[in-house]
Amino acid sequence: MWAYIVRRIITMILTLLALSVVVFIVIQLPPGDFVTSYIASLSASGETVDQETIAILRERYKLDSPVLVQYLSWLMQLLQGNLGYSFELQKSVSEIFSQRIGISLAVELTAVVFMWAIAVPIGVYSAVNQYSLGDYAFTILGFLGLAIPNFLFALVLMYVCYNWFGITITGLFSTEFMNERWSVARFLDFASHVWAPILVISTAGAAQLVRVLRANLLDELNKPYVLTARAKGLPKRRVIWRYPVRVAMNPLISTVGWVLPTVISSSFVTAIVLNLPTLSPILLRSLLSQDMYLAGALILFMGVLTLVGTLISDLLLAWIDPRIRLGMVGAK
Amino acid sequence: MTENTQMNDANDTVLEVRGLSVDFPSRHGAVPAIQNVSFDLRLGQTTCFVGESGSGKSVTARAVMNIVEPAVIRSGAINLVDLKAGQKLELAGLDPDGVEIRAVRGARIAMIFQEPMSSLSPVHTIGEQIIEAILLHQDVDAAEARDIAIEALRDVKISDPELAVDKYPFEYSGGMRQRAMIAMALGCKPDILIADEPTTALDVTTQAEILRLLRGLQESRRMAMMFITHDMGVVAEIADQVVVMLHGNVVESGDVDSLFYAPKHAYTKKLLKAALGLNHAAARSRTSEDTEALIQTRNLSLTFSGGSRKKGAGIKALDQVSVDLHRGEILGIVGESGSGKTTLARVLMGRFQPQSGEATYKTRAGKTVDLTNAASFRDRQVYRELRMIFQDPYGSLNPRMTIEQIIGEPLLVNGIAKGEALRKRVGALLERVGLPASMMERYPHAFSGGQRQRIGIARAIALEPQVIIADEATSALDGSIRAQILDLLLDLRDELGLSILFIAHDIGVVRYFCDRVAVMHKGQVVETGTAIQICDDPQEPYTQRLISAVPVPDPRKRHLTTATATR
Repeated sequence: MWAYIVRRIITMILTLLALSVVVFIVIQLPPGDFVTSYIASLSASGETVDQETIAILRERYKLDSPVLVQYLSWLMQLLQGNLGYSFELQKSVSEIFSQRIGISLAVELTAVVFMWAIAVPIGVYSAVNQYSLGDYAFTILGFLGLAIPNFLFALVLMYVCYNWFGITITGLFSTEFMNERWSVARFLDFASHVWAPILVISTAGAAQLVRVLRANLLDELNKPYVLTARAKGLPKRRVIWRYPVRVAMNPLISTVGWVLPTVISSSFVTAIVLNLPTLSPILLRSLLSQDMYLAGALILFMGVLTLVGTLISDLLLAWIDPRIRLGMVGAK
Repeated sequence: MTENTQMNDANDTVLEVRGLSVDFPSRHGAVPAIQNVSFDLRLGQTTCFVGESGSGKSVTARAVMNIVEPAVIRSGAINLVDLKAGQKLELAGLDPDGVEIRAVRGARIAMIFQEPMSSLSPVHTIGEQIIEAILLHQDVDAAEARDIAIEALRDVKISDPELAVDKYPFEYSGGMRQRAMIAMALGCKPDILIADEPTTALDVTTQAEILRLLRGLQESRRMAMMFITHDMGVVAEIADQVVVMLHGNVVESGDVDSLFYAPKHAYTKKLLKAALGLNHAAARSRTSEDTEALIQTRNLSLTFSGGSRKKGAGIKALDQVSVDLHRGEILGIVGESGSGKTTLARVLMGRFQPQSGEATYKTRAGKTVDLTNAASFRDRQVYRELRMIFQDPYGSLNPRMTIEQIIGEPLLVNGIAKGEALRKRVGALLERVGLPASMMERYPHAFSGGQRQRIGIARAIALEPQVIIADEATSALDGSIRAQILDLLLDLRDELGLSILFIAHDIGVVRYFCDRVAVMHKGQVVETGTAIQICDDPQEPYTQRLISAVPVPDPRKRHLTTATATR
């Protein structure tokens, strides 16, 4: 088991290296380099640029060296924890990360947990009571959830909240708490804001999970082992949760791997609409303004999330399914 | 048998079923699954339910447990008699998920099923599944329950039960799983054991062991057993009473001896005739004396590396296998599961390459092709002349393709026919295998197992092959349907000049169907001979063991369970 994890971590490091190459190539793809585009944008707004600053910048990022040297220097910087500098925001990338990563993960993780918490019971209900009134109702709701774009839902929610209840739901903090330190009052304020983005982000994902779980469970419910369990005299509810649901969860658990990165990259419109101080709007801005080091760091970060998520989901699968667990020992 | 007749004492009746009818609700009103079924189960007796699939045997068994959803019990009474207290409990009217019926399930009536793999949860250990039932019905703590479970595993003769209890079902062999299933059913010492085709998915030798085990346990515990099967040989071997079902009705019931020797209903006679037909088939005159070998293997050996659990100890799937398939003959390859029969077929089809030995095939053009070389299969010529029929008529047809697409595909990919010509070919092929051509637009789910196997045969003969490899092609079929499929293959053989390599574990079929037989055991061919010689006069001890494990459809010639029948 430990050998397996170590092996996986080694492959993860190799994958990350490969990913860093791809990210670097993406950074280099636009014509010119970021200093020229930075100068261009500055002079477009009528400012003059100090030749010395330019020289320092070019020197700092080794822009006049061959591509390989540039990559290695960037990689070395990365390994030392220096993620680079964001030109647009005039801050170091690490600073932007430290400001936003906690909030971002808090919102997105809560959204994922909430998504599962509503999806699993509904999926089980829909499968067990297939073609019942409740199943149809959830199916219609689910398709609505899938079909309505998140940001539209967010807009509708904002409108409803403001017009009918007189509350604004944008942002994650009221202005007075914006730059405060964490305290009970600030947390309560956070909680009173965070429900809206969580609701918006989790609905579409939940609808998808419900469909997958329902379909899987429908297959499992007719398996003979379910009959065996009932023939033992177990109550029906316990039979369902203990046997078929457990087997039907497998494909869901394998989605854990990419659920976080997906949530981050797909929720940016929602985040912009709701003015959330998370990572996703930054990702969009950095990509639009060719703020390359920031974009590169964000993409790498999502790569790390995917790899770690996949490892976690594989370990979870092994934990929940002995066929995989024992097969894994054999595969080593 | 005399002991059994003494037991026909009304005081031993633990279950009385009277006028039981079960309906399946559908959009066009209720469809009856069983109608007006009545029978008794007595302690210490085995009542066999026979009939073809769809005759309502399994529905009857489930109705006794009151687990028939989505069907509903329309009328009738199921009285479970508590002999000690002298009370009766009526089960049919109980809430299917209520406390009362749950107290009966698993505790007083237990059930085992056909597919031992899929009937056990794949994600729980055998122990967890047995202990769950014990904790549910007995007033014991977890440690005691574990001891009872280990004891139950010991009773079904699983070796090292202390270790086996913590294993998962997929670590067990088929026979072991069925034993574990029996241990689970018997953990709470029920009065009634319902066994729904418990040996159908097993080899003859394993079947013999399980039958012996069930008979022994049933006698030592004086249980009533309701045993469902479609195999008259098994009935003759294990039954005291027999109930014959057809289209949801009981057509005849009585004690086993009079049913076999004085059957009254025409359907019973037909079942018996079909069973005897296969076992007493006269030696068929060989239609071909051609000894030109189409497929020839010499000393084929193939070892699968055993993964890392047993390092270095690979599994010898094929060990020096030498067989010949002559032109126009039907060669049976017989053996238990794991004997290497299917591996042999896969080597011949180029799926695996052996480590040593030769395998050659003589094409229609007279060329000799090396089957051990994967490159020989690239030009598809071999696949055009060498076709396969598979065991599982459900799994081997793509459910999302129409019959026309399924049968037409080999013609299409080989560029032989398309469009209207293809439709005509497919129609002709369907009619050739005894199905109306108009059915070609339907999907596989609209067909029964036997019909699907006909479709599989039509697909195999579409390219007018020289050789058909039939891997357990009739194992999943009921008695009379099996005979029809075999007759169809015999007709096709004569008509198209086919040679057939017939892989089977069922000796009875081999006797009826094959010209020559090769018996395989642990990757080796232990004996080769004509079908009649192998069946009637086996030379090797293994072959003798295999032949003697076949149940004989005659209750006066019981030989599998007699060893334990003495009380």
